[in-house]
Amino acid sequence: MSDSTALAHEAPEHGHEAHPAYLRHHFENTAQQADAAGFAMWLFLLTEVMFFGGLFTAYLIYRNWYYPAFVEASHQLNIFWGTLNTAVLITSSFTMAMGVWCAEMRKQSGLVLCLVLTFILGIGFLGIKTVEYKEKIEKHHVPGFHYSLKSFVDPQSDPEIYKEYHDKPLALDMARHTELYFFLYFAMTGMHALHMIIGIAILGYMILRARAGAYTLGHVTFVENFGLYWHFVDIVWIFLFPLLYLISRHQ
Amino acid sequence: MTDQKEMEASQHHVVSPMIYIIVGSTLLVLTGLTVWASFQEWGVFNPIAAILIACIKAMIVVLFFMHVKYSSRLTKLTVFCGLFTFLTLVGMTLADYISRAWGQW
Repeated sequence: MSDSTALAHEAPEHGHEAHPAYLRHHFENTAQQADAAGFAMWLFLLTEVMFFGGLFTAYLIYRNWYYPAFVEASHQLNIFWGTLNTAVLITSSFTMAMGVWCAEMRKQSGLVLCLVLTFILGIGFLGIKTVEYKEKIEKHHVPGFHYSLKSFVDPQSDPEIYKEYHDKPLALDMARHTELYFFLYFAMTGMHALHMIIGIAILGYMILRARAGAYTLGHVTFVENFGLYWHFVDIVWIFLFPLLYLISRHQ
Repeated sequence: MTDQKEMEASQHHVVSPMIYIIVGSTLLVLTGLTVWASFQEWGVFNPIAAILIACIKAMIVVLFFMHVKYSSRLTKLTVFCGLFTFLTLVGMTLADYISRAWGQW
């Protein structure tokens, strides 16, 4: 191969200026590329909004129909664990936001620290959720063949909940609908937890990449858009918490 | 070239950590507030207060943590349209279910 062909390959191909290696050829500049990625990420998040929105709407409709059942069933949820989990998730959103800042400021160790903290807080959230799920399993409040109506047709058989709320026994046909509450509870918190699990897996990948020096050389799109996803999951919980845990305390 | 650099600088607004700290603590305070509110006897206003606080929290997250306050108009428009469509769909569905005579279920 002659020197001239080698030179021809090294020279700018279409006569355009030098640019960062991560700038794709169909974009004018890095800002346009980042904007396009952000726009696409928001479109994806809007489909997620619609997905969770369907579940929220189902919850609101059934709560309206089977109100007494939904009130008594929601008394089974533990406000302490719910509040703690909200705090854990908001803190993880904060560490994630700080991670995006570290990436933009090109602080590699800061980024790794923030991602690791977010990872740990995410695991912590799932741990607390497991404690709550375990309680539901032990009381046979998971919808299915083994579902038990005992806490609702005979509230005094469940002394811990009874001493706090003094619920009246529900008629059998209304008590049956508590199963629907728990179905929606597991569907909504379960889908939320699945999003957390996917997020935690991506966080693990990002921690490895960040340790190798990625994301802190000016190309922060991946971290930024993952941040959007993580904050979206936080927002879903911000609505799940009051709807499932709080709004039926006094009814 | 300078134009391009200026454009990049204006489009890539970096939010300072101080704002994140303020936003994060505001969210934690609002979480405390919503739990406190749920222990009050406000009747029909209990769920209203809970959902109102949740909306405020979500708005703070979207504006600051998700950088929408500092984003391009296209992003702002996208978020707004999505939210509008979502609220229309949920609102109309709920209006139908609440206003119809469903009889004995």
